[in-house]
Amino acid sequence: MEQNIFISGDEAVAHGVRLSRPNVIAAYPITPQTITVERLSDMVENGDLKAEYMHVESEHSAICATMGASAVGARTFTASSSQGLLYMTEGLHYCSGGRYPVVMMNANRSVALPWSIYGDHRDSLSLLDCGWIQVYVEDAQEALDMTIQAFKIAEHKDVLTPMMVNLDGFILTHTYEMVSIPEQDKVDAFLPPFQTENKMCFDNPKNMAFSSQPDDNTEFKYQQNEAMFNAVKVLKQTNKEFAQSFGRDYGDMVEEYRCDDADAILVTLGSVTGTVRVVVDKMRAEGKKVGLLKIRYMRPFPEKEIIATAKKVKAIGVIDKDISFGYEGTVFTNVNSALAKANSTVLKKNYIGGLGGRDITKNEIENMFNELLTGKLKKDGEHVEFFNLKVAIDE
Amino acid sequence: MSNMLDIKKITPKNITDKELFYGHKACAGCGGSLAVRLALKVLGERTYAALPAGCMSAVGFIYPQMAFKNNAIITPFPGVASMAAGIEAGAKALGIEDYKTVAFAGDGGTADIGFQALSGMIDRDDNVLYICYDNEAYMNTGIQKSGLTPFGTKTTTTPAGKNLPGSITHKKNLFEIIAAHDIKYAATASIGYPQDFINKVNKAKHIKGATFIHVYASCPTGWGTPTHTSVEIAKEAVDCGLFYLAEYENGEFKLNKNPKEFASAAEYLKKQGRFKHMTEENINEVVAQRDMKWERMRRKWL
Repeated sequence: MEQNIFISGDEAVAHGVRLSRPNVIAAYPITPQTITVERLSDMVENGDLKAEYMHVESEHSAICATMGASAVGARTFTASSSQGLLYMTEGLHYCSGGRYPVVMMNANRSVALPWSIYGDHRDSLSLLDCGWIQVYVEDAQEALDMTIQAFKIAEHKDVLTPMMVNLDGFILTHTYEMVSIPEQDKVDAFLPPFQTENKMCFDNPKNMAFSSQPDDNTEFKYQQNEAMFNAVKVLKQTNKEFAQSFGRDYGDMVEEYRCDDADAILVTLGSVTGTVRVVVDKMRAEGKKVGLLKIRYMRPFPEKEIIATAKKVKAIGVIDKDISFGYEGTVFTNVNSALAKANSTVLKKNYIGGLGGRDITKNEIENMFNELLTGKLKKDGEHVEFFNLKVAIDE
Repeated sequence: MSNMLDIKKITPKNITDKELFYGHKACAGCGGSLAVRLALKVLGERTYAALPAGCMSAVGFIYPQMAFKNNAIITPFPGVASMAAGIEAGAKALGIEDYKTVAFAGDGGTADIGFQALSGMIDRDDNVLYICYDNEAYMNTGIQKSGLTPFGTKTTTTPAGKNLPGSITHKKNLFEIIAAHDIKYAATASIGYPQDFINKVNKAKHIKGATFIHVYASCPTGWGTPTHTSVEIAKEAVDCGLFYLAEYENGEFKLNKNPKEFASAAEYLKKQGRFKHMTEENINEVVAQRDMKWERMRRKWL
């Protein structure tokens, strides 16, 4: 029987890691990831988890150590956030290029300056191009479930690509929910030990992480890109198997919520999805045709799914807890690129907010829907808006 | 720790003919590659070697021509110690037995950019032998100053001219900084004293936990010396007292070689393009620093 316990998102991740039986964990503490590594340390101490826990002196060493362990065939886990994630950047690219399927939990947090320990998506979205599979979760249960799935997806022989499970700092990491803890036997059946040919061993010694010349480099990058596309099939299959074993189905690349006959939808990433769900239900009850498209995977990117949803609706708003300075929100850029390829004429708007931990309220979301439902932008040609902005804007 | 008295001394007669680092593209007379080659002869085939960005990784892993016959991996520049530690943790967790993990890094990769990870590795007492081959500058990128570049060295970032004598700082005191971690075993060595070096490697091989060897390794390209004098010049560095052979074990320092009289430092310096510009005053400063260091070592370590 699955056991239901009242825990935080960080703790849910720790349970997901424990159940996945990693061989090596290397992590450096950073708010709001710390509870995860504290619980994992407890689990190693009390024998619930048989793993080498490495007290590395930095995030750079955390990613290097997990890559080293992965390079001999070990299942590996690390966790970070914000500044720490950025400090790993060199290793993130290295890890995906070396095809080391390290799994990481990232507690989404704002990036300095100004300093802020609270949540937004600038940390992981600014690293969208480092070759990691990126999934974003909506609640603690999904965080636990995706941690288990992440090992299966990342370690698949056709994928061999590291994977980052993103959960919103504080909103998910530090709030408590009832979470169902899967049984170890069932997780073991779902997730067998890591097997790979891509490792150093003494029967067949290898030189790894080598350099390439201009004649070969493109082919390595091409294969890495193909592996990311292979992940699409694998993650869908993994979700299906997970649903069969544990009864929880997350859809695959995206989840559509009441989009079928919608006029206007909002596209979300992470925990704000839950708030938008509530607003959708409220406005639907009032007869307004609104819906929600929750993006789960930012890489590989759900291009087909977004185009398919866009065909059904008249207006799409994208909420970005992120700003790529000098342009727009990164989720919007990606969504817009997909729509452009499909020659979509749908009305588009990018709502930037929730930065550095500011709450996104139901009222604000309702206002967005109402604007989208009018079928035109509040201000002609202004596709990007910082909502709930407390500074005066020159008109 | 095994009983060191039981470890058979390695000599030119009994060292293996097998080459584990072979077919690489290092410059003629490269001291770093000699250090790696000799160390691997001692460590054997069941070795995981980790090397950061630097000369030895640049010349050893050019796809598809791989120069290591044992398992080997290039690591990010600052991460050789942490990746080696991860290899060790992975192998341990998977129950692999009878092997050694070694890191080979240059002076910059050790004393500068890789230092934090190295300090962490020693702090955790990870079962890794770390060998720093010291050619006294960033040679792979074209001879730039590192933390182990000695005073008066002309490099491409410490040019010698009217205003500056080349590098104006002295070598970081790497060996003692490592020892200050209370590491189980640390040593200095020189490719000019190969038998001393390989037996220190052998000693470290048999110690479980973090160990460290700082080996002086000449670089004809960066030093402006003939390619056939690499071993000779690395020996002279020791004989003139500008490098020294020592060990740190069980909390004690030991000088392995304590010459009654030093060979001429000026002669050693004048042979090398990188020091040719030095004035008498510059040389006197080098000698004064040397004498101060030796006075301290003799007072404290003998």
